[in-house]
Order: sequence, then C-alpha cells, then structure tokens
Amino acid sequence: MNELPQQLANGLILGAMYGLIAIGYTMVYGIVQLINFAHGEIFMVGGFGALTVWLILPDGFALGAAVPLMIIGGILVSVAVATAAERFAYRPLRTAPRLAPLITAIGLSIVLQQVVWMWYPDAKKDHPFPQFEGEAIDILGASIQRGDLFVLIAAPLCMLALGLFVTKTRSGRGMQATAQDPDTAKLMGINTDRIIVMAFAIGAAFAAIAAVAYGLKNGQVGFRMGFLMGLKAFTAAVLGGIGNIYGAMLGGLVLGVAESLATGYVGDIPGMELFGGGAWKDVWAFSLLILVLLFRPQGLLGERVADRA
Amino acid sequence: MRQRSLLAITAALAAGSLTLTACGSRDDSSNGSGGGDKTTVVIGVDAPFTGDLSALGLGIRNSAELAVKTANKEEYVKGIEFKLEPLDDQAQPSVGQQNAQKYISNKDVLGVVGPLNSSVSQQMQKPFNDAGLVQVSPANTGTELTQGDGWKTGNSVRQFKTFFRTATTDEVQGAFAAEYLYNKAGIKKVYLIDDQKTYGAGLAASFKTNFTKLGGKIVGSDHVNPDDRDFNSVVAKIKKTGAEALYYGGEYPAAAPLSQQLKDSGQNIPLMGGDGIVSGDYPKLNKKAAGDLGTSVGKPVEQLDSAKKFIDGYKAAGYEDPYEVYGGLTYDATWSIIEAVKLAVEGNDGELPADGRKAVLDAMSKVKFDGVTGTISFDEFGDTTNTLMTAYKIKNNTWAPEFSGSPKLD
Repeated sequence: MNELPQQLANGLILGAMYGLIAIGYTMVYGIVQLINFAHGEIFMVGGFGALTVWLILPDGFALGAAVPLMIIGGILVSVAVATAAERFAYRPLRTAPRLAPLITAIGLSIVLQQVVWMWYPDAKKDHPFPQFEGEAIDILGASIQRGDLFVLIAAPLCMLALGLFVTKTRSGRGMQATAQDPDTAKLMGINTDRIIVMAFAIGAAFAAIAAVAYGLKNGQVGFRMGFLMGLKAFTAAVLGGIGNIYGAMLGGLVLGVAESLATGYVGDIPGMELFGGGAWKDVWAFSLLILVLLFRPQGLLGERVADRA
Repeated sequence: MRQRSLLAITAALAAGSLTLTACGSRDDSSNGSGGGDKTTVVIGVDAPFTGDLSALGLGIRNSAELAVKTANKEEYVKGIEFKLEPLDDQAQPSVGQQNAQKYISNKDVLGVVGPLNSSVSQQMQKPFNDAGLVQVSPANTGTELTQGDGWKTGNSVRQFKTFFRTATTDEVQGAFAAEYLYNKAGIKKVYLIDDQKTYGAGLAASFKTNFTKLGGKIVGSDHVNPDDRDFNSVVAKIKKTGAEALYYGGEYPAAAPLSQQLKDSGQNIPLMGGDGIVSGDYPKLNKKAAGDLGTSVGKPVEQLDSAKKFIDGYKAAGYEDPYEVYGGLTYDATWSIIEAVKLAVEGNDGELPADGRKAVLDAMSKVKFDGVTGTISFDEFGDTTNTLMTAYKIKNNTWAPEFSGSPKLD
C-alpha cells in the first residue's frame, strides 16, 4: 500500500497546528519586534481553558456541541493571559533594550507552567482531553481521524478571517501601519497601544484554537505541551518569514510535511538507514530551515529585514 | 519609566520564585524536637517533585515519608528518631548532583533514597561513593548502573560500593517481556520503538537481544522524542512491516498516544512496554488501550498480603497524590536503610556507631526482610535479588495481572 498520501496528510495536519500557533509569534514580532517566547504557554493555557469548559459541562453532553463552547473558553483564557502579559510584563519594557523583554518572556513562560502545574487540579501529569468517537475517514487514500478534521477546517477559515481583517478593516490597516512605522502611525492618530494589544489577542485566540485541535487530536493536554509546540511554531514563523501572516501558515505546513516525510522516508534511502525515523526528523526539519535561510534570509514569504533603526 | 519597569521585573521574579519555592518546601517544624535523648538519623529522598515526572516523584516522596513515619511510630530502632529530607532534582542530572552534595555535607544523613531517573543517578553515584554514603534507588533500571558496561559481554563489575536498588534491571525486565511475548502470547514479529532516554533505550535493547535469542524477529525499529505527542508518521511506517506487536521502551505520557494512533491507523496490534507504562493514567490517556501489555517488578502490590499494610497506611495518611508504580519499591528502599541502621545500632550495643555511614554501608549486604514487593535483599552488585516480574494486560480499562514469574537468565 502506498503510504505517501497518509504521510502527507499527517504532515499537513501537524503543520496546520504549527501554523496557527506561529501566527502569534509572527504578528507580535511584526509589530513590536518582540519574540514572545511565552506564546507556547499561551497555547497551553488555552488548552486548559477549553478543558475546563468540558469538565464544567454536564456528563453526556455531545462533544460536537461542546467544541464551540470549548473554543470560546480556550480563547477567553488565552486572550486574558496574553493581554495581561502584554500590559504588565512587556509594555513597561517597551523602551528597554531588546534583550530585557526577551528574558521576561522566558521567565513568564516558566511562571505560567508552574501556575498550571500547581493550581490546576490533576495537572501534574498529562490530563485526558475528550475525543471524537468513530472510525477514520478516507480521503484520497489517506485515513483522517475525526478529531483531525477540526484543524483541517479551522486553519483555512482562521487564515481567511485574518486576511480579511488585516486588509479590509480599519483596525487591520492600522495594524499594518503600526508594523511599518509605529511613530508615524501614532502621529497619524492610530492608537498603537491598542493595536499592540490586538496583535497579542489575535495571536492568543489562534493559539487557543490550535490547543483545542491538539487536545482533540492527541487526547491529552499537559502543562509542558507548550514548550515543544511553541518552539516548532517559532521555527515555522521564521521559516515562512517572520512578520508575514501567510508566511507563518506556509512555514508551519512546510515544517509539518518535512517532519512527516523525514520520519517516513529518509530511513529507506540506501546508506541512510541510521539517519531516518522519528529521532532524526527534527534534525532534517532544522536542516531545511538553515538551507532556506541561507538562500532566503527573510524566510519563504518574508518581507525586507526591518528598515527601522 | 525606568523605576516602573524595575518594579515589574521584581514583582515577576518574586512571583516566580514564590511559586517555585512553595512547591519544594516542606515543613521543617519537627526539626530538633526529637523526643528526649534520641539520636536523629536523616534519610534523604531525591526525586523530581516538579516537572512532567512529578506524579511519580511525589509518589516516591510520600512513600518514603510513610516508611519513616512508620519506623518512628513503631520505635523500630530503639533510641533512633528518623527524619526525612526530601530534595527535588527536577529530573535533571546537574540538580541531582547538587542535591547529592547537600546530603553529603549533612553529617546526619546516613542514607539516600532515589532518584527516579537513571540519568540523574549517573551523576549522583560517584559523589556518594566517595563519601561512603548509601544510596538506594527504587526506580533505576539501567543495568550498567550496577554492573558496568561489561554486563552485555558477561564481564559484570560492580561500579559503586554505595549504590543499591530495589528496582530490577532492564536485563531482567527485557528478558521477561521477550519470553512472555514469544512463549505465552505467541507473537514472533515485533516492531521496536524507544524514546532515546537511558531507561527506554536500555529496555528496548534488552528486549531486542532476548527476543531474537528466542527466535523472534524484529521487523523494524525507530526512535521518538519523549516530548512528542504526534506519532502518526511513525505509525504509518509500521503497517508495511507486518509486525504483530509493537514494543515501546519509554514512559506512559508518550506511549499512550502512540498506542492510540497505532490503532487509529487501522492496525490492531498490541503495544507492549515496561514498568514505565504500567500506570493507572495509561488507559485514561489512551482510548484504545485494550489488549496492550506491560511488565512490572514484583507481584501486583494489590495482590500481596505484605502490601496491604502499605496501601492502608498510605490511604490513612491522606496523601493527595497516589503512590504510583514506584510506591512499594520506595517503601522497601527506605525500609532497607532503616533496617541497615537497626543492624548497625544492634551491633554496637544499642548506640549509633561513631562512623554511622560506614556502619550502615557494611550492614546493607546483610539486610534481608519481607517488604511490600517481596523478600528484599541485595546481591554482590547491589541489585535486588527479587527478580519476580508480572505481565499485565489492559482489560476493562485497567491493568489486569496476567502472569507472574522470573525470567530465565544466562
């Protein structure tokens, strides 16, 4: 049986999730040039927010009907944490040297992990997350789990909505203006503080959707899940061109497919038996990143490297 | 502005450190108030109390505490008041080494229980050996920790005179799993996956050696990252190999989604693993766990009469976290140190010898008692002589014991 469609599907599902998280990195970086390393933890608290909604709902509540509520719950928690982080941890440091907020972000990520570890009931280990029942669905020779359909539908919808928002609305255009030149944008009457909060909030909402997808797919959420996913999503954002929202999604998909194909095929190449499989997939994914950056330092869809001093 | 940002950092740091210390600190109020003229003996317990293995680590801490409390209540060793000093190693070797130094510098510490991770143990063994301080691990299964790298070729050499363990070795566990799968379950073709950690890789290697020796075939192998939860790409590869089972060397947080994704992909073959997956959480995290297999040391704690006291005591103490897989072994590890102290005291006319550490170390080889997990004593390498293992199968969403026995080793 040909396993290529299956491996591509696996990669796309994983990649769509990376892409949704990567949006948060890329939007915040595009506007305030901050690599928000706590974004992985924003993703994680979104998962716990959604889980909380599920636990509050009465037993026997249909998962299909619960998912929209869980998304809302996850988004509320993620956005609340992200905007609070922006207000209390990053805004006071906006004029400080670039490294100060970066370190703050790392500290914040540890704090968030510990907070969930300590105060969320039963979160000291991975916590079960509800999953859709039923057999996998066959699409073009690949079997897709029901839970995975969620991210395959959610990711394009989210991208469409974001694209429309950024290009068609006043706030979206204000966001573009702030990204290009915050000082001039401010002089033109744009409330840049509000725009920055909005960037954090949108990134957090996307991360929460990704967290619901993660939970439905893997059947668990844990307080450490943000670390690896955050790192991969950051890589995806850089690969696609940090600052570009479509680049973030493209970078995610490329990274996901690269990991999947590396796991599935590199080991079959004669002489490469030792370098294939799950252990080496990250090595291949990062080699790809380095290769892309060698020839296109701005990333796949990247914009010109910052023209600001 | 500058002032305000400083304030924000300080607040964040303070909040962070409070969070961190709050989980590590234990009340030390009982310090120094030991009844009358009793001598205080401190037993250390080192395990990860924070991080993703904290569930296992907290079970270890509580079980050790229960042993110490029981010994004090029963006045098991006359004239001696035991005190527990727990330290968190965060599952990190460097932290473990610092903890080892702390224990060594406290002259009242006569023995240390722990750690959970073999990789942490590798950093603690030498300092303890140099200080002559006894260490008993309830969980380390890496064969080379006691027997050195030569064990594969039959040249086992004791590595550190101070290292003992109540957990059995990967060698025993891998052999038992291979025999069970080949002889009892009739499975001849196995796909092998490990998580590249000391425990997982060691177990997988031991399984491979023993399974091929019996005549079984390893039809393919791969490694995964223990932090990953998406194994669909790996699983898709197994299909074409015609494997009849998947053996996984690693722990349950990754094993559960691996097994579920394996079955989701339409392959109805069981996943088998070691004691790292025999946790009550495994079937909770894996909706298609039915039929999966696991091996664990000793007989099931719930089936042993000797364990009843431990389980009842643990319940009565009202611990928030369950004792997990290593609870019974930890209790036995702690008790073996208490037993050694007793032997040392009795051999010195009822008083603790001046060089307590040496006396306890000398007594360790003579320790023999009926513990929670069976009869506990140590062989010439410091390994437990208890090689009884049990194979479990998931039935009705719990681990049901299938078969107990000792593997044939050569």
